[in-house]
Amino acid sequence: MSLRFMVEAVNDALHVELARDDTVMVMGEDVGRAGGVFRATAGLRDRFGPDRCVDTPLAEAGILGGAVGLCMAGWRPVCEMQYDAFSYPCLDQLINHVGRYHWRTRGKMEFPLVVRMPYGGGVRAPELHDDSPETYYVHTPGVKVAIPSTPADAKGLLAAAIRDPDPVVVLEPKLIYRNERAEVPEGEHVVPLGKARLAREGSDVTLVAYGAMVPLCERAAEELEGEASVEVLDVRTLKPLDEEALLASAAKTGRVVIVQEAPRTAGFGAELAAILAEKAILDLHGPVLRVTGFDVPYPYWRIEDAYMPSLVRILDAARKLLAF
Amino acid sequence: MSQVAPGEHELRRVIDEDREVDGLGEQELLDFYRSMTLLRTYDERSLVYHRQGRIGTYAMFWNHEAMQAGSAHALAAGDWIFPSYRESAIGLLRGIPASTILHWWRGHPAGWWNPADHNVASICVPIGTHVPHAAGFAWGTKLKGEKTVSIVYFGDGATSEGSFHEGANLAAVMQAPLVLFCNNNQWAISTPLSAQTRAEALVDKASGYGIPGVRVDGGDVLAVFEATREAVDRARAGGGPTFVEAVSYRAAPHGTADDPRAYIDVERVEQEKRNECLGRYERYLRKLGLLGDDLEASIKAEALEVMRAGIAEAEAAPDPDVGLVFEHAYANPPASFASDLAELCRILGGGLG
Repeated sequence: MSLRFMVEAVNDALHVELARDDTVMVMGEDVGRAGGVFRATAGLRDRFGPDRCVDTPLAEAGILGGAVGLCMAGWRPVCEMQYDAFSYPCLDQLINHVGRYHWRTRGKMEFPLVVRMPYGGGVRAPELHDDSPETYYVHTPGVKVAIPSTPADAKGLLAAAIRDPDPVVVLEPKLIYRNERAEVPEGEHVVPLGKARLAREGSDVTLVAYGAMVPLCERAAEELEGEASVEVLDVRTLKPLDEEALLASAAKTGRVVIVQEAPRTAGFGAELAAILAEKAILDLHGPVLRVTGFDVPYPYWRIEDAYMPSLVRILDAARKLLAF
Repeated sequence: MSQVAPGEHELRRVIDEDREVDGLGEQELLDFYRSMTLLRTYDERSLVYHRQGRIGTYAMFWNHEAMQAGSAHALAAGDWIFPSYRESAIGLLRGIPASTILHWWRGHPAGWWNPADHNVASICVPIGTHVPHAAGFAWGTKLKGEKTVSIVYFGDGATSEGSFHEGANLAAVMQAPLVLFCNNNQWAISTPLSAQTRAEALVDKASGYGIPGVRVDGGDVLAVFEATREAVDRARAGGGPTFVEAVSYRAAPHGTADDPRAYIDVERVEQEKRNECLGRYERYLRKLGLLGDDLEASIKAEALEVMRAGIAEAEAAPDPDVGLVFEHAYANPPASFASDLAELCRILGGGLG
């Protein structure tokens, strides 16, 4: 074990996986010479050479489309999208090809590529450096989506994504890239896709979240100590979703608050709420509540705190539900 | 940085100049003819099958056979082809059965193949989005130290797409062994080339990527072959990509759902039809004394038989099983697929109702 920031754990995973499998390569804008704008790919070019940590032209669709071809040539490309909102040009490739090509070959060719990117708000950044685009990715058939909330999971989920035979999008919450060091296993560390993590056990209400909203929910749980016993479920893999863990927690507490940064309408929280409505209705003591961003362009950073789900908004929702 | 000569504007020609191409003997010249005839027969029969309701919507490639056959014959067997839908049947030249391609146009899952079986990538429907695939693949084979060359086909309209630009640029920057083959038939459904670009010639785009560009008469199978062979040789020797602009004219509708009379110059179409590529090549071969009535008839009969057998096989295939809806969406599918399928089968009771 060693203490690492989340972004250091990402870097560690890339070093370990490139050393383990010489078909794994990293590609993206500024990933080589600069080591990534967040330093997530630092040291890879020096250690593995410019053919395995490649500075590409500034072209997100070209990067992901190129990665499709690289897969066909036997590579396992890990593509960095520099920022959440800058990934949108690659959606064309993701939707039209990445999620469909294995199916097109009737299962004969695999496309084991990874798209990873820093995402989310609260970092006082210029416009379009703050988005939470997970729903676009989750909604794309043929693609899996993971979001870590701890340094250890950032390493383990990325390793699992790289080794997975299907395309996986890994969204890394940049708000907590460097906020706190935590224990990360040395060497090979894999956290299987499709398994949620019970971040905190409780019996009165469940806060369901992913990414940077998990530590916020944990703080809310602490605030409510003495008032209510709060469970925090970290979704970790949005697709395939660990429905069992969600339903088990709902059955246990009977009260669920879902927290997401993304705009509310048709966000991932809506999917979680729909599953609870379909499969857990008789376990619930009250409505499923959502604390989310709003259906507006992500605001100027001087007022972004009003947009982001906050401690007071989560506490308010939890208390409303407890009093229902 | 590289210094490249501006793309040539003069169309390269062989047939109209009564030239011969180095390295082509009687066997090769007749092979080209067989390939063009097979493609032409596939296309003409497909239009009939569509009208008979035996295949779905179909995109014709009539008068594109010289571009497809000429360029495909310039490749080695291990080289890769990345087709657009306009080249849907180019796999015939690589041994993909006619039934497979007919299945594709019949909306049957058996219409997809394993690209690695024939070194032919899947048919790309959205315009130009496969150019980055070809660039990435070609770059990937180069990184592995292989000597494979790839070719990607796209139309004049595709050169307006961002994907074309990103793919062409990536291939150029990585010096990928790729031939960017532009089938300039001068129409993107109803949009003429003049509304697509202000460039005097599409080949001018090549110099912007720092790569060589050539322009060739797309109705001249030998000129297409010669220009593509040069590009393939350059790529295989480590010289990176080449942009080949093959200039032709779309003498058929865009597809079976299109009626071009609303926008096209009907006179010009008739003129192009009189000079269509297969007839031009037949006249050339006859002049050389390589093609007579009997041989022509037997090659055409052979191609017709391929199509007769192909459609018979496609039509004899059983309807796809409902379970195929879920099959191959993932290599490692989520657990929910099994329960979704079980539920669907329960409701459908074993049939699509």
